[in-house]
Amino acid sequence: MRRAKKTKAQAATRSAAHDERWLHFYRQMLKIRLFEEEVNQLYLSAKMPGLAHLYIGQEAVAVGVCEALRRDDYITSTHRGHGHCLAKGAALDKMFAELLGKAAGYCRGKGGSMHIADQDTGNLGANAIVGGSAGIAAGAAMSAKMRGTDQVAVCFFGDGALGQGLLYESMNMASLWKLPVVYICENNQYNEYTHFRETTAGEVTSRARAFGIPNESIDGQDVRTLHAAALKLVEQARRGDGPAFLQCNTYRFHGHHVGDIDRAYYRSKKDEEEWKNRRDPVKLLADWLKTSRLADESLLGRIEHEIAAEIKQAVNFALDAPYPEPHEVKQHVYVE
Amino acid sequence: MAVTAKQSGAAREITFGQAINEALAEEMRRDPRVFIIGEDVAEAGTPFKVLSGLVKEFGPERVIDSPISEAGIAGVGVGAAMTGMRPVVDIMFGDFITLTMDQLVNQAAKIHYMSGGKLKVPMVLRTTLGATRRSAAQHSQSLHAWVSHIPGLKVAVPATPYDAKGLLKSAIRDDNPVVFFEDKMMYQLKGPVPEGEYTIPLGVADVKRAGSDITFVATSSMVHVALVAAEALQQSHISAEVVDVRTTVPLDRQTIIDSVKKTSRAIVIDEGYERYGVTAEIASVIADGAFYYLDAPVKRMGAMDVPVPFSPVLEDQTVPTPESVAAMAKTLCNK
Repeated sequence: MRRAKKTKAQAATRSAAHDERWLHFYRQMLKIRLFEEEVNQLYLSAKMPGLAHLYIGQEAVAVGVCEALRRDDYITSTHRGHGHCLAKGAALDKMFAELLGKAAGYCRGKGGSMHIADQDTGNLGANAIVGGSAGIAAGAAMSAKMRGTDQVAVCFFGDGALGQGLLYESMNMASLWKLPVVYICENNQYNEYTHFRETTAGEVTSRARAFGIPNESIDGQDVRTLHAAALKLVEQARRGDGPAFLQCNTYRFHGHHVGDIDRAYYRSKKDEEEWKNRRDPVKLLADWLKTSRLADESLLGRIEHEIAAEIKQAVNFALDAPYPEPHEVKQHVYVE
Repeated sequence: MAVTAKQSGAAREITFGQAINEALAEEMRRDPRVFIIGEDVAEAGTPFKVLSGLVKEFGPERVIDSPISEAGIAGVGVGAAMTGMRPVVDIMFGDFITLTMDQLVNQAAKIHYMSGGKLKVPMVLRTTLGATRRSAAQHSQSLHAWVSHIPGLKVAVPATPYDAKGLLKSAIRDDNPVVFFEDKMMYQLKGPVPEGEYTIPLGVADVKRAGSDITFVATSSMVHVALVAAEALQQSHISAEVVDVRTTVPLDRQTIIDSVKKTSRAIVIDEGYERYGVTAEIASVIADGAFYYLDAPVKRMGAMDVPVPFSPVLEDQTVPTPESVAAMAKTLCNK
């Protein structure tokens, strides 16, 4: 009797934590969404040097996966990496500062949008070479194993990386040596400006099968399902069961980069509208939070208001921050 | 502290290959973060047998036989180096570094800089160079100029067992990615190597032979070609100085310039392709730093700009020889 009571109390605590957890997921996803919208504004108002590849539409993948990780777990990211960085714990102000080439940025303005790295949150770096970080992820996993930690490495890559040999060399070694690396294939349907079906033979997950790597293909817009799958694979890897491969079927709401405005030649407006209206991961989670009575319209509105204020503050910080001193151009070529 | 073989007074002679093996074994004993990964590195000890015995002492967890995946193992090395290990990646033939290029050039070389100094890649990539082994066009190239071109990489080209050991130990302890080229024709070359600990800093050239009429600036295999040529030139009353750069990055400009200021003539000798090569870079360093001291144009001697042919009569023409170097020196000295 007493025992049953205790379990009930535990369940209640767990449930409250559980409720709070999904609101936290919502905050994280919305933070990425609003961050990216601000990045687009910075581009449109010519305040940001160069270009950026927006993550809008794919927020559930970064958040669903990174919420399954510890702070000291590793990720390797891609040219479309802002979402991964933020989901792993990067700060908004240093992110904006890096995008604007300021000294206060994560890489002192030397990396920019495609190279944000932050060792404090286990982020081994975004990577502007498609598939270029597959070896790094396997190496980090091997290092964790050799050092006897139980850290896991997550390798984020897009459908475009399925064309790169390095990915398969790395998957072979990861499977052979049971390395704790989880391959997250974010299939946003497009290799830059070309549908992945035009470039990719066979089934995506069959690649993992060939190496004996457990694999799954799931809805990349449903953060709850995605998180459950990621949690399972990450914990398996942590236990020593070796690598896993998760294909997340998602969609890039914007173009390949902020300047890719006229997209009709490679995908229809109708398709885009359909994904935005019916498969928006942020909206899907908001709807679920409301139907599950975990949040109402006013709470969600308050959250959005708070995040928008954080974004404003962070972007203003970055806009006002100084550029690096000219002499820094020669710093950090070599470790002194 | 660096000591020379002469200073140590040790009479022990070992081969270039044994010197490499000793450097790796000593560093692996000293630092548990050091490990070796590559094709046929464990029981086989590489086709050149340079790593023989290491797997017995350190086990297959630290001397790791990899698949034939040069890009993959270079990438694994980069990732392991970024996260606290000190990998030594073995790329069997220098020709195969072409397969590792993205990992070396776009990843290893740039990660420290791109991250604003936060991340580092303390990795050594060992590989070979050198022709005349009758191995034809895809196993005979000397591609050290390729990586010497890239900011962020250091590049070692040792010429003696003593230098090989001391430089490799420094390379393993260096916090930067270092590409380490070993002349595969030199693995059996013997030379004095003292027992016990010593290192040679990267970026310090060594005057292998003193002379007063002409300077031969040479790398790796070509140091020996230069030394033989210098001996032969004595008969013609030409005194040749031989400067071994030991590392192309960092390059010890001062030692080169000082030597040429003294001798007033220079030939730069390297086994890489001559066109756009290491010889061009060093010749420009001389032109820049010793122009007003020169009595003759700076000459460059590299590998012939052809794919390395198989047939011995063809292959032997493609690399500088003591005879061709001596002939060039006589021309420059008007003798």
